Formats: sequence, C-alpha cells, structure tokens
Amino acid sequence: MVKLNINGADHSFDGDPSMPLLWYLRDVLGLTGTKFGCGMALCGACTVHKDGLAIRSCITPLSAAVGSKIRTIEAVGANGLDPVQKAWIEVNAPQCGYCQSGQIMQAIALLESKPHPTDQDIDDGMAGNICRCGTYQRIRAAIKLAAERGA
Amino acid sequence: MRNIENVSRRGFLKGVVGTGAFVLAVRTVPPVFAGEPVPDGQTEADRAPLHPDVFVGIERDGTVHIVAHRSEMGTAIRTTLPLVVADELDADWNRVKIEQAIGDKRYGDQNTDGSHSIRSFFDTMRECGASARWMLVEAAAGQWNVPARECSTEPHTVVHQKSGRKLGYGELAVAAAKLDVPRKNQLTFKKPSEWRYIGKGKTSYDLENLCTGKAIYGMDAKIEGMIYASIEHPPVYGGKVRSYDEQEALKVSGVHQTILIDPFKPPAAFQPLGGVAVLAENSWAAFQGRKKLKINWDSGVNETYDSAEYKKELQATARKPAKVIRSVGDASAALAAASGSDVVEAEYYVPLLAHAPMEPMVALADFKDGKATIWAPTQNPQAVQAIVSTQLGIPKENVVCNVTLLGGGFGRKSKPDYVAEAAVLSEKVGRPVKVVWTREDDIKFDYYNAVAGMYFKAAVDLKGKPTAWLQRSVFPPITSIFDVNAVYGDPPHLAQGWTDMPYDLPNLSIENGPAKAHVRIGWLRSVANIYHAFGVQCFTDELAGRAHRDPCEYLLDLIGPPRTIDFKNVEYPNYGASLETYPWETGRLRQVTELVAEKSGWAKKKSVKGHGFGIATHRSFLAYVATVVEVEVNDQGDIQIPRVDTAVDAGLIANPEITRAQFEGAAVFGTSIVRTGEITARNGVIQQSNFNDYPVARINEAPQQTNVYIVRSSAPPAGVGEPGVPPFVAAFCNAIHAATGKRVRNLPLSSSGLFG
Repeated sequence: MVKLNINGADHSFDGDPSMPLLWYLRDVLGLTGTKFGCGMALCGACTVHKDGLAIRSCITPLSAAVGSKIRTIEAVGANGLDPVQKAWIEVNAPQCGYCQSGQIMQAIALLESKPHPTDQDIDDGMAGNICRCGTYQRIRAAIKLAAERGA
Repeated sequence: MRNIENVSRRGFLKGVVGTGAFVLAVRTVPPVFAGEPVPDGQTEADRAPLHPDVFVGIERDGTVHIVAHRSEMGTAIRTTLPLVVADELDADWNRVKIEQAIGDKRYGDQNTDGSHSIRSFFDTMRECGASARWMLVEAAAGQWNVPARECSTEPHTVVHQKSGRKLGYGELAVAAAKLDVPRKNQLTFKKPSEWRYIGKGKTSYDLENLCTGKAIYGMDAKIEGMIYASIEHPPVYGGKVRSYDEQEALKVSGVHQTILIDPFKPPAAFQPLGGVAVLAENSWAAFQGRKKLKINWDSGVNETYDSAEYKKELQATARKPAKVIRSVGDASAALAAASGSDVVEAEYYVPLLAHAPMEPMVALADFKDGKATIWAPTQNPQAVQAIVSTQLGIPKENVVCNVTLLGGGFGRKSKPDYVAEAAVLSEKVGRPVKVVWTREDDIKFDYYNAVAGMYFKAAVDLKGKPTAWLQRSVFPPITSIFDVNAVYGDPPHLAQGWTDMPYDLPNLSIENGPAKAHVRIGWLRSVANIYHAFGVQCFTDELAGRAHRDPCEYLLDLIGPPRTIDFKNVEYPNYGASLETYPWETGRLRQVTELVAEKSGWAKKKSVKGHGFGIATHRSFLAYVATVVEVEVNDQGDIQIPRVDTAVDAGLIANPEITRAQFEGAAVFGTSIVRTGEITARNGVIQQSNFNDYPVARINEAPQQTNVYIVRSSAPPAGVGEPGVPPFVAAFCNAIHAATGKRVRNLPLSSSGLFG
C-alpha cells in the first residue's frame, strides 16, 4: 500500500508500487491532463511538480512519490488561471496542445527558480520538453511575458 | 453543386439543440481529392440522400451551434470553418458553440489532410451562413410586416432601420425554422470589407482547455468497463506469429489475458499489422505484460530489407533512364551535345521519415450487439468506419466514430490501423478496449514518408544558366499500401513539386524510376514535396554558386517572366483542383521570392564563414512560399538558426494568426527533417524506437525567430498547413552551404558525415 498526496488530497494505492506516477494519475485517478509521450523522460509531456520541482512522471515510480506533494496541471489555475496559463493564451502558444500541460508545468518551475530567465535560461530549462507542432517561439514569448508580469 | 435543407423538424442535431431550434443542413458533392486514395470511395457519399458538410442550429436562447466535420490536430480548422459560417450568418462568435461531427458519409469528405479544408469548404460555409441569415431576416420581416430588403443584420440581431426595431436571432429561431431555404441566387453575401471574422481570424475555440489540461484527446477517452491493450507487432513488415507463450505475461499484476491478432492480407492498407495483444487493468500493466511474451516470429519476405543497401539501389536506379513524365525540347540530346565542363550532375537523398506526433496512436472501441462505437484521434473517421466494418463484418452504418482532439497528426492519423485493432479486440473480449501504442510502437510501425533518391543533370551556358535540365526521382510510392505491385510514383505525388518543376527552360526531362516498398509508406506533412523541393532547390543553389551568381537573382532568372505553366499532354492533378481555378502561376512564385528577399534584407546580407543565408521557393498545396534561413555554424559544427523569413501567397487567408503559427511550426518540422530525421532498417527491423534515436527539434535547436509575411490576395484559398515545410528544408541546407561551403545532398545532417 502506497500513500500519496496529489493536488492536496491523500490517496492510497494497493497495486504495483513500481508503476510510474503517470499511469496512476491517468488510468487510476483519471487525471488525464498529464500526458504520455515517450515513457522514457525524453519529451516532457508528463511533467508534474514534486514538492515544487518539475519531474517526469513517466519514469517516477509511485514508491518515489511517497511523502511528497504532487501537483498536476489540474491543480494549476483551478481557482482562476495561473499567470503562466494567461500568458500562454495571450500569445496563442498551443497548436494541437498535447504537450502544453507539460510545457506549462515546466515553465512554472523554471520561473520559480529564475523569475527573469534569459534566452539561454529558457533553452536550458525547456529543452527537455518537445513540441512536435513547433510552438517553441511562442512558448519562449509566453515565458517572457509571464516573467515580465512577475508570474 | 450544393444544397441546403431546412431540417429543423427532422431530428438532426438531436441532443445538441432544444425543441423549436432552427437547423440547416448543408450538403455538397464532395470534391474528389486526387492526392488521397480513399478506400471508402466518394461515389457512395454522392448517392447518399443527405450528406451535409455542416449543420448550423440556432436555439431559442440565441445559442448558435455549428458542427465541425474536420478533425482538429492543431491547425484550428474546427474553429476556422465554423468562423466562416458565423461571419456570413452575422453571428456573435461569443454565442457560437462548436460540436465535433462523428464520421458520416453524409458530411462528404472528412479526411483532414492534404491542406484542403478551407479551399474545399470555404464557399459551402459561406452559403450555409448566408442562407441562415436570409431566413432569419425573412422571419423578422414577416413579423414586422415589412419588406425583407429594408432589414439588415448586426451581430446576432435583425434590424429594421426605418423603425429602429430589432429582433435577436434566438427570438426568430422558431419562425425561421418554418421557412423554405433560399435558392443560391437569392442570397446576398457580405462584401469582404464587411467581414468581421474572415481574414481577421480568431484563436482556437479550445485554446483555454489546451492550457488547462481539460482538452480531451484520444489518449484521454474513457468509458465504463474499459480494459487497456498493448500490442506486440511483428518486427518485420508482413511478418506473423508462428507461436507464442503467454505464461509469464499472465503472471504480471493487472494482466487479464492475451489475444492473437491475425496478420493482414496484402495489400496492408489500413488493416491491423497483427501480433499479440496483452489486455490489462491499466496501460502500464499491459506494457509490462507485453515485455514477458515469448513470441516465435515468421518474418516473411521483408526480412532481408536493409536501408543502407536499399539506398544504393535507389541511387543506381536514379542514374538510369526512366519513365518520362514531362518533357520540353530534347534534354538528352542537349546534354549529350554539351561539353564535359558545362555539365553538372548531383545526387540527392532523403531517408524514410516518421511522423511522431506527440500523442502516440490510441483508440477506444466498444463492440456490442453488432455495433461498434469508437473514440479515436483520427484525421479520417470515414476510413475508420470502412476498416472497422470490414474487419468486423458489420455494415458501416453500425460503426459510430467519435472524433476526439488529436495530439498531432501530420498525416499519420489518416490511417486507422490502430483503430481497427481496438475494434477487433473489443469484439473478441466482449467489452470496451482501449489500444495504447507506446512511442516505440509509433516509431517502429509508422506509415513512413517515402525514402527518395534523386539524380540531377544540367548543361549550362557561358553565363551558367541551364540550357538543358534532367531530373529523375525514385521512391517507393504510397500506392504500394493499396497495391503490392506499385513501384512507380503515382501522378498526384509526382505532381508534388516534380512534374511541376517551374523553370522556364528550353530542354527539360522530368523522370521517375521504380522502387519497391518494404515498409508501409504514407503521407507525412508536405509528402513528396519534401524531397522534391529539397533536390530542385538545392541543385539550383549549386548551379548559382557555380555561376558565381546571387542565389536569389539566379532563382528568379530560372523562374523567368510571369507565365502560366502549360500542362497540355501532361498528367498533372494539381492537388485535386482545377487548373482554371488554380492555375500554376510563376508570377506568384516570383512575387513571394521577391517579397522574402525584401523582408529578410537579402540584398544586404553577405554570407561569411560560420554565418550564412539560404533561399528557396516552392509551390505546394496550391500555395506559393519562399523562405530565407539564416544559420550560424561554430567551429565544432553546431548549427543554430537565429532567423527564418517566409513569404506566403495562399490566396485568401481566413485566419491569419493561425496561418502564421502553421508556418512557424513548419520551420520547426523542417528543422527536424534536416537535422536528424531518419528511419533505417536492418534485417527488415526498424532501428529507431523513441526520441533518443529519432530526435525531433527541441527549443534550443529550433529557429529562434520565424517571421511570416502573408501576401494579401483575393485568389481562391490554398493550403497553409503543409506548404511551409518544403522550402524551409531546402533554404536551411542552402544556408548551411553558404556558411560552411559544405553541400548537403544527403539528409539528415546527423548521418551525412559533414559535421563530425
């Protein structure tokens, strides 16, 4: 039995503790905002926050999430849009949108550690998140916009 | 040929609109889109009693419902087509709700690919909106007892100017529902100057949901009683299971059972590939169980396929005379007569490419009581109906295909093999099954963009201008998935930048040689234009360099003065459009080339070592596009792309902001193709598996700034989703040459050996 704290709520699970957090979120809890893209921490579509840090839920076993606070896209802006989400909307960042939950979670974590990121900081912070539609230019603009406003 | 019917009392849109709502159904004879063999042919749709492309319904509270019948994969088409309806209806966009259509032949063509949604349905959408507006005006005029011509509209309201009276659309819905639909010649369309939305655009209807995780993709579909499946496919195309042992797989926690899926009967088309499915309580358990399967494979005839050997064969074929598909003058005589130093030859090569949309293939099927209900991220819901019907032996009408949002498509999701898998499994286990492909499945079992070898030979005069030009391409055709014997390019794909090579030359021979497919070949964003534009536009750049000419001036010189290309006695399908409506106008190609040169400051930009500029131009999907790429290359051979400029003439643009985004994305898509896009095979097995060995461009590798310049045009609308890719690829490679002196003739860079 593993005990987890997700978006402020306690959960317990008696299945395989080696199951990655991603599949617990998606298939068990039905929190489908976090996406499956690669299963190997190569694309960032599954990015969530563990105690405020961006992690790849597709390679994080449930056992490694015990005792931590997990936050997913569903909790971001649950009470009104987050400034990062507002910036994303303002610059019309998404195309298909599938990667954008992960991009936004990554960007929020980046802005926590670097409130005024340079282009190099954005490259370094966001290079783990793939967007196959190619919205990078707008993601960069959205991060800068959110930073300007002190997200 | 179009018809609009008032179906307010016939139950259409039931469950969407309330009683008394006003509902119009628009039908059109669907255009035959020549580039796309559709297994579910067009004729049946033509014969159907009612095949509307769109429904529009107006509720008594004024809510306007518009059905989007095309699939949403990031182009915002499910926003832009309804936006056209809303404009002619003079509806307030804030009161419009969009419903996604299920697959149904009554909608006409639903295969969302080939960049043709706007051009095929723009007029239909306008007529639909204008008809509904006409009826609302008539209804108001009737209530006021005034002539309809004295009435006009402002958003969501009919106004009688003289008396100042106004009635909202919702208040008029019941009365309008009782009227006959106007004939087309009774309609008045808005003047372009009166458009509120067309040409101005709106962001995606789904934008907020895309940023909050609330948007529902195929991967997110869920119904009661659903079980998850993961399938081990035959590693070699056309292989099958000899025997397998499921014991260890069944021991994995959460695994329920395994099921053998039959191999396909050639041709593969959209049939499941076959293999062994593991069904489990969740995706993870299914993946784990699958790893424990022990399968004895019969690899079949493609076991000897080796992509390195295949490349040599393609190139050898490309050097030999082949089928002539278009010729001017006598290129072979002119080439033979030219002296050796005036003859230039080059070979170009593009490997197989995978689509790799961010959402891997996934589908949910529920087969019950002879009826299959599907939820799938599909570009082609009618192809889903067709393949599921064939696989299960049920009528197409008994296949309901719900279309979710697509997490990218790029052409892959036009081919519903993965949906058929879910349907077959649901039928076998008697409960809903969701098939989830891993990224490895996606990369290894794609319908790849064709590998292509190209050979060019030109004779040049004293000024370096070609007096004769031979170009020969060899690639396994997409038609091979429908006909195992197909080896030559089919006219629609040869027409993608090959048959229509636009230079004004006295001697020209355009040829195509045979190549047999050993994997599934399919459409990928821009399709054959990718390799054709790469070859033609880079070879042009080579000739410009040889002649010590400015590449842009030289390019314009070869395009020649504005003219319409004559395709008399040449099979040129023109993307399924008529040459009268969409002639091939070299003047428009010139114009975008000159525009991008001006906007990028080409004339002032001089390439130096480590810093280069490249240019290319291309017409595809009826749009004319020219691109300038700037690159920086350091001593280690690391390449950065500080800036891209792209000029676009795609005729009338319905949604400019979305169009710009498509061209920005195309530059990134092209970056992936040039840098690292390559699928290889050994012993018939695809060697790549995930984003580690099939890398796609990341934020630090993509162009830092792509500027898009849209030509204001009243020409009929052309495509915008695909046309940005081909000229980008060539311009990028030309820029690399300008910065390094290294000519990129073999893609991708990562295996070209040019840069470490």
